[in-house]
Amino acid sequence: MEMIKIDKKDWNKGLDRSRKTYRLVGPVKRAGEDLAGFYELADKEHPDMGAADTVLSAKSVVYPQTEVMFRYTTDKNSPDCNRLKRPAADYSPRAVIGIRPYDAAAILMLKKNFDTPDYRDPYWCDAYEACTFVGLAVDAPSSTDFSTSTGSGPFSEKGLDVLLVDMAGHYLAKVLTDKGAAYMKAAGWQRAADAKAAAQQIEKKKKAAEALIVSSVSFDKIARKSILDLYKADFWDDVAFSCINCGTCTYVCPTCWCFDIQDESKGKTGVRYKNWDSCMYPLFSLHGSGHNPRGTKTMRARQRFMHKLKYFLDKYDDGIMCVGCGRCVRSCPVNIDIRRVCELMNRYGPDPDACAV
Amino acid sequence: MLAYTDRIKEIARALLTDCRVELVIGFRKGTVPMMNEPCFINSPDEADQLVWDSNCGINLANYLANRTEKIGIVAKGCDSRNIATHIIENKIGRDQLFIIGVPCQGMIDRRKVNAMFDGEVREVVESDGLVTVRGADFEKSFEKSELLQQNCSVCTHRNPVIFDEMAADPVDEQQGVDRYADVREIEAMDPQQRWDAFEKLLAPCIRCYACRNACPLCYCPTCFVDEARPQWVGKSQNPVDVRTFHFLRAYHCAGRCTDCGACERACPVGINMRVFTKKLEKDCFESFGWEAGLSPDVRPPLDTYRPEDPDDFIK
Repeated sequence: MEMIKIDKKDWNKGLDRSRKTYRLVGPVKRAGEDLAGFYELADKEHPDMGAADTVLSAKSVVYPQTEVMFRYTTDKNSPDCNRLKRPAADYSPRAVIGIRPYDAAAILMLKKNFDTPDYRDPYWCDAYEACTFVGLAVDAPSSTDFSTSTGSGPFSEKGLDVLLVDMAGHYLAKVLTDKGAAYMKAAGWQRAADAKAAAQQIEKKKKAAEALIVSSVSFDKIARKSILDLYKADFWDDVAFSCINCGTCTYVCPTCWCFDIQDESKGKTGVRYKNWDSCMYPLFSLHGSGHNPRGTKTMRARQRFMHKLKYFLDKYDDGIMCVGCGRCVRSCPVNIDIRRVCELMNRYGPDPDACAV
Repeated sequence: MLAYTDRIKEIARALLTDCRVELVIGFRKGTVPMMNEPCFINSPDEADQLVWDSNCGINLANYLANRTEKIGIVAKGCDSRNIATHIIENKIGRDQLFIIGVPCQGMIDRRKVNAMFDGEVREVVESDGLVTVRGADFEKSFEKSELLQQNCSVCTHRNPVIFDEMAADPVDEQQGVDRYADVREIEAMDPQQRWDAFEKLLAPCIRCYACRNACPLCYCPTCFVDEARPQWVGKSQNPVDVRTFHFLRAYHCAGRCTDCGACERACPVGINMRVFTKKLEKDCFESFGWEAGLSPDVRPPLDTYRPEDPDDFIK
């Protein structure tokens, strides 16, 4: 594994040099916003590497909230009559600078849904393949960060091509993939660091960051509980009471992947869009017949937690559908806390580890 | 204000012990600073969960619409006005409610406090009108009045307008408050400036509908933005549709909004959509001398017809 030392005075210069071959995306503050968000950077714009975490995750880089799937016309005079035309989009290489390790781990979770042996979502996959993820290790995790207990963590390398570690005057860059190496080359950052010493320094900072994590969740018993027991558990009314069924938790979540498809037509032309959707909305599960199998807010709130903490875990046998970024905890307008719900689920019913007497 | 907690617990416990209500709706302590969670309790043993402090900004009237039980509910000034509005609009019966009135001295603006510090705010403690904010490497104390939500700082109805029992003696109402300075600023703009200001205001909107759903007035079985047959509004991030949602939602609240601030407080991206509802609130006040929800017995101006209406258009 290659280690590179990037002097901070070479940082912006390197980013600018890489613009010849990469579009840059990174955390920046835009007008009217308290905190930075992930946006494509304008020509002279540089990512705010010191900013607090973004309110919205970086998922929109590969999965925009609204995306045109195709346009169509039914005008018989048009050569494109009755053809569904995917609009040209820019899938040239883009580098995502300063993505947090848990957000990169989340993108791998999204991949499980958008890139499967049976189905390949071309919009998501093309965007994903265009990306090089240059992540920034988190030195000072927030009090709502529970990423270490979800299999990610402040220095996690999952889903990253390069992991940057802030060493005050310079970054140590751990190059993790060929894509990452190609980006480092394009940026002109080629000064090799002493690999062994760098690994030790990174390990030390990693331990220090992990020690600052004050939140955790346990889900070790959930896999062995029956779906129906959890589904019928007596705590859902209490959990869901305060829920107002807005889409905040699902929209700020880096792992929520559900979308809705909408047609907008005018005269003989039209557009089909993909928009983020939310299982918190009554419309999400409303049938054409008018029947809604998830007709109450308790059912909808339960769905969100059951999907993340039980169905996903059962289906993929690869942990929960949550990277522990803490965004939903911070943004929920009524303080519904996934850490509490996970604990309730894990502790519910007979303990599968208890000794039979 | 903190002493209210004990009184609220006592009243709630008594109500449940005597079976005068089936549940009590109030707040329990939150898991992050400056947040409490709305909750219900249905047994006297649970009364100890209830709390009251300056982080109870969510409007509990939102949890009443169409409920059929007999309910005890904790209500500050604005909650009580929205309860009155619910009663007028037949969303709940007065006889179903036992209102535990809480005189209010304003709620802390969580977003404002978080934005004051570079590091994460880890703890916020209040005592005697003093609020101490702590992070990993900072600590600072403020007068509570410096940290209030904007709507609370100009509130003139801090005491509940209807109640069955008060948790404390009424507080003095704020006098000489200029309620509409912010609205006048927007009114003074020319149309282009105003358009630009609204565009900038709504640019971060992600259409999560937290503003709508936190609002006690928004209880339609199907909101106009969710209606599919016919579909009135597009669902993408197209700015036209985003604007349509915000403008129409505001008009639906005209003459009903109490400026409780629930919408702004709920917004995850910090949009002050209250500028829209407040303009309509101001118009209702200036045209009809109307403030919403002051009594459950007076019908609001926009759903009443009076032959002696001074305006010509109605004749």
